[in-house]
Amino acid sequence: MESLLQSLLGDNLLTLVLYCALPLVFLLLYALLAILGEVKISAFMQDRLGPMRTGPWGIIQPLADVLKLLQKEDVTPARADKFLFNLAPYLSFMAAYAAFAVIPFSSQYVGADLNLGAFYFLAIGSLNVAAIMMAGWASHNKYSLYGAMRSVAQIVSYEVPAAMMLVIVVLFVGSLNLQDIITAQSGPFWNWMVFGGPKADVQLASGEVLGASWTNLVFLPLFLGAFLMYYITALAETNRTPFDIPEAESELVSGYHTEYSGMKFAMFFMSEYANMFLVSAVTAILFFGGWNSPFGVYLGDIWDAQWLVGLEQFGWLAFKGLFFVFVIIWLRWTLPRLRVDQLMYMCWKVLIPFSFGIALIVGFLVVVLK
Amino acid sequence: MEMTILFYVFAVLTVGSAFAVVFARSLIYSAFSLLFTFMGVAGLYVLLSADFIAVAQIMVYIGGILILLVFGVMLTRQVTDVEIRTSAFRTLPATVVVGLALGTLIVIFIRTKWMQVHTIPDIEGTTMELGELLLTTFVLPFEVAGILLLVAIMGAALIARR
Repeated sequence: MESLLQSLLGDNLLTLVLYCALPLVFLLLYALLAILGEVKISAFMQDRLGPMRTGPWGIIQPLADVLKLLQKEDVTPARADKFLFNLAPYLSFMAAYAAFAVIPFSSQYVGADLNLGAFYFLAIGSLNVAAIMMAGWASHNKYSLYGAMRSVAQIVSYEVPAAMMLVIVVLFVGSLNLQDIITAQSGPFWNWMVFGGPKADVQLASGEVLGASWTNLVFLPLFLGAFLMYYITALAETNRTPFDIPEAESELVSGYHTEYSGMKFAMFFMSEYANMFLVSAVTAILFFGGWNSPFGVYLGDIWDAQWLVGLEQFGWLAFKGLFFVFVIIWLRWTLPRLRVDQLMYMCWKVLIPFSFGIALIVGFLVVVLK
Repeated sequence: MEMTILFYVFAVLTVGSAFAVVFARSLIYSAFSLLFTFMGVAGLYVLLSADFIAVAQIMVYIGGILILLVFGVMLTRQVTDVEIRTSAFRTLPATVVVGLALGTLIVIFIRTKWMQVHTIPDIEGTTMELGELLLTTFVLPFEVAGILLLVAIMGAALIARR
């Protein structure tokens, strides 16, 4: 992918910038789709029609929303800390976008093929926490501050089990590189982590061979549990229902971005949706084979068209990611909100002990079986 | 060439924001400037091919220590309604202590025989080697540090319960 861009534009800075901006193109299109998805799915779940007037079946409603946000007055509260108030939305989006650097969209496209991909993904999430704090503090508003503090407490707590789930998969594959984790799950869908990982030896990108056989079926219940727990922590880290306590409309107006309007609100909105796709894509990468086709074959290979393979892989990752985003939206209109004490109980007394338990058993089995 | 430019970008970010940490009037500004200092240092680590340390820097300092600091400042100011300002007092003893520390650092800096690396070895990620060293040669310090942190957590939980 990078070499293709280089051959088109030459080896210069422009190539590099374009290469880094590709996920942004995807992100903008995805955000439009997700806005429409959110209103339409909620409408169907409540037996309504949703927006119907803008375009056929309300299909250009997200564009109208964007246009509205663009022309809104940019209000900064008089008592707000102007500098930090204006900085926070950009920092928040920057944090969300920085994490996209290590997401492999196909076997040919990954922003930075880091050896430490999984660790980097965990670390960069903490930048978003700082941005939320900044927004909540700078707004000088009690709702914003409470929203920010709840949000930060929640994200910091749920980072622990989320990290443990990543560690479980990393333990099994023996690599922190997300591309390696995906390669380990290549082949038909029963090689995915959620079904117990690969059933035959696979060669990783580094040249190392990951020994595997059908005895890996013992990992099936462990990885299935790990997947469910990772998905729960993902919901909490993106502040989505049933963990939307930081934004609880009925108590806090809308949490840390209460005072934001216009484009700055849109930035927070974008970073929230980017984070939603991010955790969904990572769920797909860790447990559902990432860009691997569930059938183990690609149309591009059959028709002898290599360029198609990359596109197909991107399609599969996008499909899996969007499916999990759909589930997040689905849950929002299905489950009620938890209380704060239930949230903390869930994290510290349920998820963390179980995640440590699974990590211990997986570590033990990896040593015994290899 | 690009590396040199990147180095200066990160160096300016680190030093500039470090100055902001020291000279900012409001404590919250100091805390948030520290965010950029940590980022700059992480960037410098990357340029030194210390990728694991760089990511650990972001994880521990931005994700842990900075958040804790800001939390502390926010809670103190909003709950007790006291404006926290940085100001100078006891200037003389402070100058002496800081001057001594600076002198010691300069002496060490001059006396150390710095190793000259002419060609940077092609490092393919340091995680594997670090992990192996931590669990073989340096397993005792590693475990002792772990136990220390565990005791600290338990102590904090105990104090918070009172």
